[in-house]
Amino acid sequence: MAELTLREALRRAMTEEMRRDDRVFLMGEEVAQYDGAYKVSQGMLKEFGPRRVIDTPIAENGFAGLGIGAAMAGLRPIIEFMTWNFSLVAYDQIIHNAAKVFQMTGGTYKVPIVFRGPNGAAENLGSQHSQSLESLYAHFPGLKVISTCTPKDAYGLLKTAIRDDDPVVFMESELYYGQKGEVPDEEFLIPFGQAETKRPGKDVTIVTWNKQVYTCLDAAKVLAEKHNIDARVIDLRSIRPLDEEALYRAAVETHRMVVVQEGFPFAGVGAEIVARVQEACFDALDAPILRVTNRDVPSPYATNLEKLVMPNVDRVVDAVRAVVGR
Amino acid sequence: MADPTPAPDGRPADLDATPVSKEQLLQWYEQMLLIRRVEELAAKAYTQRKILGFCHLYIGQEAVAVGATAALKQGDTVVTAYRDHGQVMAKGASAREVMAELFGKSTGIARGIGGSMHMGNAKYDFFGGYGIVGGHVPLAAGAAFAAQYRGEDKVSLCYFGDGAAHQGAFFEALALSQLWKLPAVYLCENNGYAMGTSLERQSYLLDMSRRGDGVGMRRWQFMGFDVAEVYRNVKAAVDWARAGNGPVILEAMTYRYRGHSMSDPAKYRKEGELDTWREQKDCLKSCAGQLTAMHGVTEADFQAITDRVEAEAQDAYDFAEASPIPDPASLYDYTYANTQDGGR
Repeated sequence: MAELTLREALRRAMTEEMRRDDRVFLMGEEVAQYDGAYKVSQGMLKEFGPRRVIDTPIAENGFAGLGIGAAMAGLRPIIEFMTWNFSLVAYDQIIHNAAKVFQMTGGTYKVPIVFRGPNGAAENLGSQHSQSLESLYAHFPGLKVISTCTPKDAYGLLKTAIRDDDPVVFMESELYYGQKGEVPDEEFLIPFGQAETKRPGKDVTIVTWNKQVYTCLDAAKVLAEKHNIDARVIDLRSIRPLDEEALYRAAVETHRMVVVQEGFPFAGVGAEIVARVQEACFDALDAPILRVTNRDVPSPYATNLEKLVMPNVDRVVDAVRAVVGR
Repeated sequence: MADPTPAPDGRPADLDATPVSKEQLLQWYEQMLLIRRVEELAAKAYTQRKILGFCHLYIGQEAVAVGATAALKQGDTVVTAYRDHGQVMAKGASAREVMAELFGKSTGIARGIGGSMHMGNAKYDFFGGYGIVGGHVPLAAGAAFAAQYRGEDKVSLCYFGDGAAHQGAFFEALALSQLWKLPAVYLCENNGYAMGTSLERQSYLLDMSRRGDGVGMRRWQFMGFDVAEVYRNVKAAVDWARAGNGPVILEAMTYRYRGHSMSDPAKYRKEGELDTWREQKDCLKSCAGQLTAMHGVTEADFQAITDRVEAEAQDAYDFAEASPIPDPASLYDYTYANTQDGGR
């Protein structure tokens, strides 16, 4: 089993899929000659040439829409956003076209396209470059939303995304592109809609995804060592489709739950999870489900202020202790 | 660096030499008349509340869709905005499919899910009608990109209105298309109004084809009421794009006789404007005039066509009315193409 960084795992997934299917191509800003703004596509231009690894002008609205049209015409584009923040100028394309074409055309045009790139805060990037946008995309039926950053999951899920016949929003993490993790050498795919228990536990369930998985695993360690609380950590990986069964099973088995998410609290993915779990498992719950989210304020630049905004180990520990009552 | 911008007016010199046969003209005449009669019946059905929601009629502009589609080959793709009934019929959809869609019936071209504004269906290589002004234009660039990527002999035709020519998505699609020399033709149907805002109130430049200048795209303008003229112009552009020379932006000057949508009495029109177009620049009159003068088509011939067309339009109306509404059990059937992962 090889240790790969997140960027290597993503690159391996794209490269393998491009080798097996000529319809797959990669398009975005700086993906080719520059080798990717975050070097995710390093070397891909050399292997596949400019026909299939394509630099664009800075025109997200245009090239996102072009990708959708190409997908309708039978190709399988991977459209890279340098960050998901930039996707908002292409929001109309993703929401009004990608998500709706299959239904709007009576099921006659499929849109097999992947939009991918880093999501969430890195560090000290200010308010316009630090957002987590899962809820903005998961809101809309017609899209599938993956948000993940462990190398194994990113590899297996990206391969599934590329082979899927529906538009997939695929969110990674800038801060973790260099993080290593074990990835099996043989090819594998991870189906959508399946959460993974990253740490077993019986006292409480922490539901999270993407880089907050690491925060929550650290918090679980502190909870075990200092507070004698055995916390289960569930990594959703797939936001839509959502693994409701895993959530309900965890609620029934641990009776207490905390949702940890980046992004703002108002109408966030965490709110949706809380709503569904209490609707389905009210009798099993021994305490209200709490959320740990970004503070409800645009991300500031200054380090001390930004640290106040983000979820962190202390905030997760506090929320879990409040829910468990010790 | 050398700027590859072409001559200001890219109109080809030899347009008029393209011959149009009597048979072709007759076929176009019948097609334009069918589109008009179907929409007139649709307007009636709208007032009877058999058609609901938004309904944007194409009446007056029929020569553009019929002439432009005639310039395409089988397999070429078309995408347009929400005034799409005429364009999808020109691309091969039956009057029945279109009327049934307007009635929200399961036999409609998009199973009653799309409605007036969304008449896309892959069997006609018609990407559809789209409701966000200008938002559909990048899709045309995508179809052209796919053709180029696979080395296919296909062209992508994109209709848009003068109102769409101010949107960012439109400009970005033009820029990418020209940069990569994609086989696309962007055809502006300038009917003088973006909803109720006249051209001179929405644009400093009045020639919308000049939108191509900023990206160095070949462009020209032409009158859009003479179907043969539309055909010749679009054919020249399509042939140029198909030959690998890159995209073209065209502007067809046209006019809609009805309001922006069924709810619009169109009080913003200039005095006499509608009458001038109806009397002097009507596509059916223009085409009939040519058929009479150049090909000796008689009143009796025209009557036969009219009878046939009116019967077909009425048949479409009856078919739509008799068709079943969509099965409630089908509500979630078309949200995702792949539901193996539990999504619906």
